[in-house]
Amino acid sequence: MDEFLQHIVNMLILGGTYALLGIGLTLIFGIMRVVNFAHGELYTFGAYFVYLASAVLGLNFFLSLVVALAFGCMLGAAIEFLLLRPMRGADIDTTMIVMIGAMIVMQNTEQYVWGGVAKSVSTPFGESTLVIGPVSVAWLRVFVFCAALALIAGSYLLINRTKLGKAMRATFQDRDTASLMGVNIQFIYMATFAIGSSLAAAAGALLGPVYVISPRMGDIASLKAFAIAILGGLGSIGGATIGGFILAFAEELGAGYISSGYRDAMGFLIIILVLMFKPTGLFARSERIG
Amino acid sequence: MKRLLSWLAVLAFASIPLWLNDPYLLNACITTGIFIIAAMSLNLLLGYTGQLSLGHVAFFGIGAYVSALTSLGFDVELFGGIRVVHQPWPVWTGFVLAVVIAGICGYLVGKLSFRVRGAYFVIVTISFAEVVRLVALNWVELTQGPLALTSIPPFTLGLPGLGFFELYGKIANFYLVLVVGLVCYVVISRLTKSRVGRAMVALKENESLAVSVGIDVTRYLILAAVTSAGIAGAAGSLYAHYLRIIDPDVFMFLYTVTMVIMVITGGKGTLAGPIVGGLIFGFIPVIARSFATPELQWILYGALMILIVFVLPQGIVPAIERWFSVTDKDEGRAKLEPVK
Repeated sequence: MDEFLQHIVNMLILGGTYALLGIGLTLIFGIMRVVNFAHGELYTFGAYFVYLASAVLGLNFFLSLVVALAFGCMLGAAIEFLLLRPMRGADIDTTMIVMIGAMIVMQNTEQYVWGGVAKSVSTPFGESTLVIGPVSVAWLRVFVFCAALALIAGSYLLINRTKLGKAMRATFQDRDTASLMGVNIQFIYMATFAIGSSLAAAAGALLGPVYVISPRMGDIASLKAFAIAILGGLGSIGGATIGGFILAFAEELGAGYISSGYRDAMGFLIIILVLMFKPTGLFARSERIG
Repeated sequence: MKRLLSWLAVLAFASIPLWLNDPYLLNACITTGIFIIAAMSLNLLLGYTGQLSLGHVAFFGIGAYVSALTSLGFDVELFGGIRVVHQPWPVWTGFVLAVVIAGICGYLVGKLSFRVRGAYFVIVTISFAEVVRLVALNWVELTQGPLALTSIPPFTLGLPGLGFFELYGKIANFYLVLVVGLVCYVVISRLTKSRVGRAMVALKENESLAVSVGIDVTRYLILAAVTSAGIAGAAGSLYAHYLRIIDPDVFMFLYTVTMVIMVITGGKGTLAGPIVGGLIFGFIPVIARSFATPELQWILYGALMILIVFVLPQGIVPAIERWFSVTDKDEGRAKLEPVK
């Protein structure tokens, strides 16, 4: 039972950052119809930005997180402008291949600039842990969880309460009508990609210090983001939030009770099961997919 | 004219070992050849039925592992203490089993994933490949996991009256790959020029219309998936017995990406496309390694991918054909998307 409680706590902490990853991906897909294969690399860049700001430039840890978020946002806007804007109107497979190319370039740039040796970031939390009954959890992880929740809440508010969010939702529902009503579609696309990218960078910036930072960490992050988005239904933000926690739960239980080697297989099994039994995902509005 | 060109191309390929003495380049020719076979099989799905499968490397890897394990033998204990012992079989049975089992996997994956289209289909196929990779990595008893399967025997060739020869060297393997490649080319070309091929192109062009004239879409998609997976399995088998060592890295996502970009560069839905694209992307590393570190090579590779999609979205072969307008009527090339 104690072990199970520990798994639940781990699940909550991992789930928060997974949800961030999933929300970013699902937002980009829902509004732009782009499957963002570079999502995991934006996550990795987020982690490296924190490393760069805190370990190399010597900034405060919390400030470094903000810097990473801002840089993720700018990187996303740049990718949108350079690669996706010229591809408007291309079919989904074509943009997918462009994004795979971008993924390869970004991953090897990380490898080239920072080398293959994993980096770690020191944090003001050190090794101290919070102990509640049988469960113990590092303060760093508690902070990561709270920050992730704050960012999730922030993106909800952005989408549901601001004018930009309203324009984004309108574009999601019907691009052409939104355009006729005076929504600047080009700007919405760029904003969407930038926000989605900054959420991915934030997930990397938060999880990077918990683990270590290496150029290959993005591979599995992309695939996890796909699993989360499919589970929640591509384009559903609430679905992605819950999907993040479900994936974290499945991974924790899979690693704890089956075999740690198959931890990463859980996401794929979820994808396959969801698409077999409820192909629209758990929470999305129905959409033609086959 | 077209036929003459094809025969000239075959003769040109066959003459390569006669004048090329550099073992490194010959090795590059063999691995490129194997990847061209895999790319041809992917082209059947991507080019003719229009389904982007990003898990194609799974069939390639399954072929490699099945073939290697059949010829090496194994001894595993399944759930419930059932012990399965397999004595080594001749290599050619491994090749046949690789094709058959990869084909069966193609059938199962097709059944599962053709329920969905577009982004969903792509992600299911990636998931399948990743699950297979994780099994190969973690089922150490069967696959040796990251320790790799080693000393895989090479192919043998039995000539009547002369006995058996082991195909050890590079030259022997080169001709083996060339022959298998030709057979696969003929199979794909026959298939795509038949009624089945026209049905596939029809459902790529307009699925609802194809359904309305009575084409059983799922059946043709699965037929394409099985053929494609079987050929990819054959390529995997060649790969395993040529390198004679395989590890779970044969399931790398980047191999699928390589196959996809070979097809797109050459021209999807053309018979010659995967060969042209394959030669280009097979030899880029050979040229690039003289002036760039591995990371820079990959950066170049990714940038080239983006550039090709931007500049030549239909691929090289259709562009050349338009240039010379030598499109003859029954070459079996899929109709391209209407010009936007």
